[in-house]
Amino acid sequence: MTTAQETIVLRGHIIDSLILAKILDLILMMGGSFDIDQVEIGRTREDQSHARIIVRAPTLATLNHILRAIQPHGAVVEREYDCVVQPAPADGVFPDEFYSTTHLPTEVRLNDTWVDVQRVEMDLGIAVDLQHMTARTVPMADVRKGDLIVTGQAGVRVIPMQRPRERDVFAFMESTVSPERPHSHVIADVARRMRLLRDERRAGSGQAKVLLAGGPAIIHAGGRDALTWLIEEGFIHVLFCGNALAAHDMEADLYGTSLGYALTVGHAVPHGHAHHLRTINRIRAIGSIRNAVESGTIKRGIMAACIRAGVHVVMAGTIRDDGPLPGVITDSMQAQAAMREAIPGVGLALLVASTLHAVATGNLLPAAVPTVCVDINASVPTKLADRGSFQAVGLVMDAASFLNELARQLGRSM
Amino acid sequence: MSRLLVCPPDYFDIEYEINPWMRRSNTVDHVSAVRQWHGLMHVLEREVGAVLERMRPVPGLPDLVFTANAGVVVGRRAVVSRFRYPERQREEAYFEDWFRSAGYDVVTLEPEFFFEGAGDLLGFSDCWFGGYRQRSDIRVFPLLSDVFTREIIPLELVDGRFYHLDTCFCPLSGGELLYFPAAFDMDGQEVITERMPEGSRLVVPESEALRFACNAVCVGKHVVLPAGCPETERQLQSRGYRTHSLPLDEFMKSGGSAKCLTLALD
Repeated sequence: MTTAQETIVLRGHIIDSLILAKILDLILMMGGSFDIDQVEIGRTREDQSHARIIVRAPTLATLNHILRAIQPHGAVVEREYDCVVQPAPADGVFPDEFYSTTHLPTEVRLNDTWVDVQRVEMDLGIAVDLQHMTARTVPMADVRKGDLIVTGQAGVRVIPMQRPRERDVFAFMESTVSPERPHSHVIADVARRMRLLRDERRAGSGQAKVLLAGGPAIIHAGGRDALTWLIEEGFIHVLFCGNALAAHDMEADLYGTSLGYALTVGHAVPHGHAHHLRTINRIRAIGSIRNAVESGTIKRGIMAACIRAGVHVVMAGTIRDDGPLPGVITDSMQAQAAMREAIPGVGLALLVASTLHAVATGNLLPAAVPTVCVDINASVPTKLADRGSFQAVGLVMDAASFLNELARQLGRSM
Repeated sequence: MSRLLVCPPDYFDIEYEINPWMRRSNTVDHVSAVRQWHGLMHVLEREVGAVLERMRPVPGLPDLVFTANAGVVVGRRAVVSRFRYPERQREEAYFEDWFRSAGYDVVTLEPEFFFEGAGDLLGFSDCWFGGYRQRSDIRVFPLLSDVFTREIIPLELVDGRFYHLDTCFCPLSGGELLYFPAAFDMDGQEVITERMPEGSRLVVPESEALRFACNAVCVGKHVVLPAGCPETERQLQSRGYRTHSLPLDEFMKSGGSAKCLTLALD
């Protein structure tokens, strides 16, 4: 079995305070082992004690996990090294041993200085600029031959999440998903955050955007008016969606149907199955959603509200799309890049009724962004948590009920 | 004679949220805050007999009023705090200026060692206790132990509502300890039990701990504490202390009470 090891030192009144015992317990509990290399116990009460301990673990990941847990109790890694960088061997290819990021705040050590990694996101590499002493995450596809990429684990440290300052549902940072959990307090906390962020944004903050990633079930289920209201009232600033949400939203405006079902009476209308295709065709003829709204063809709804409110919309296509609508990005790497560009400044993310967009957005979000995932199917928030977005709070409920209740709590009269 | 550093609440307000008590929406009634602060000063000066040194308040530093976090003072030596949150780091220079102008031998720490003054370092003549994990960094205590040649026992604070040691731990002049055990991890509770003999530990009930009963100022046999803590007062009185309970709820909106508003200088 391969083992990883690191030497830590500990100093202070570590015996009577049980700090040494606490650290040794933590190492064992977390699957590590230790050798006490040296202990000097103070002779008087005022004298401090000193310990040098070799910590071992079956994997480097476990070792790092242990080191992160014992550092707050005063354990200091004996020596700190600069991170090791290697040039990327080709465009779009990392060096073999590249460091793969988490979505937690991360630092790398360059020339004996810890430097923050910019644009934290999971599953990327880290490119460093030694001249300017900067580091940033870089997607595999964007790396260029010769870029200096961090390799191995040395000289990289991940900062655990600080306790959030807010005392609300997001503070627990746990993504237990159950349809039997009450919803109302979660929605109330989301509403409170949105009100605060809107106030901050109106006061000029560039770090207070609310992102909504949504699927077409929002339209089918009857959440369109509520979402439109939230956008018009300035509560939503970034929208991630696909071809379908936009198409059915504008279908509802042009024909009063969503995928051929009349929204007001709830049954299929003759030839309604073609309404969304006719909608897409109409917008393609006009050239863009913006032109369709500004010319008055599309009068109401989510897309019209987005155009009028200046919401940053990214529409990402899939292989099952009809059309697609103008503005839908059909190259998935380009779509990912466009979504990534919209992430800085997001202070709250709502992932509503879309597996694809929820997981894609979750992958892009730093752990520090409070996130709520709403889906009628419990597997979606579960999948999101399983893929590492542990900060996401899961709500198992339908999209329309969520959006209607959220809008009601934010002041919409029903 | 006990000397205390205080700072008038001219600019006290809630302008940010850095502990679970703070809510920007929870507006401070300024008139009431000023009245409560002067009420505390009146009791400290007239009834307790403390001498007060008043710092000049600074616009834009709403928490400068909580002088317990200025640093820690022993004799003529003062160690200035290094605040964890940037919102309070701007106070450091003003506290340092005050210590220097008052003639103290000022010790400053490296910036990476967070230390929030007498908020996190309290004790008896022979042994001190240091609160860590919430605000102060445990690595600061060996350094302070070097500076002051004292034993400092670190205690892990595990409940964010009790974010400084002085919110849940109050050594008394007669050698007793007023404290709220659940604010500490099991190791910390065991250490306190071992260090403090049976009978000297006065346990505050949770309802009164949440009113910051432990954030009390003890001078001689006087204990000044926030109102609404009858069980704590009863325990103190049974040990011969004279209690002075005062309304300080405006400062509770910021997560502070009597002790936070003072710094012992001698």
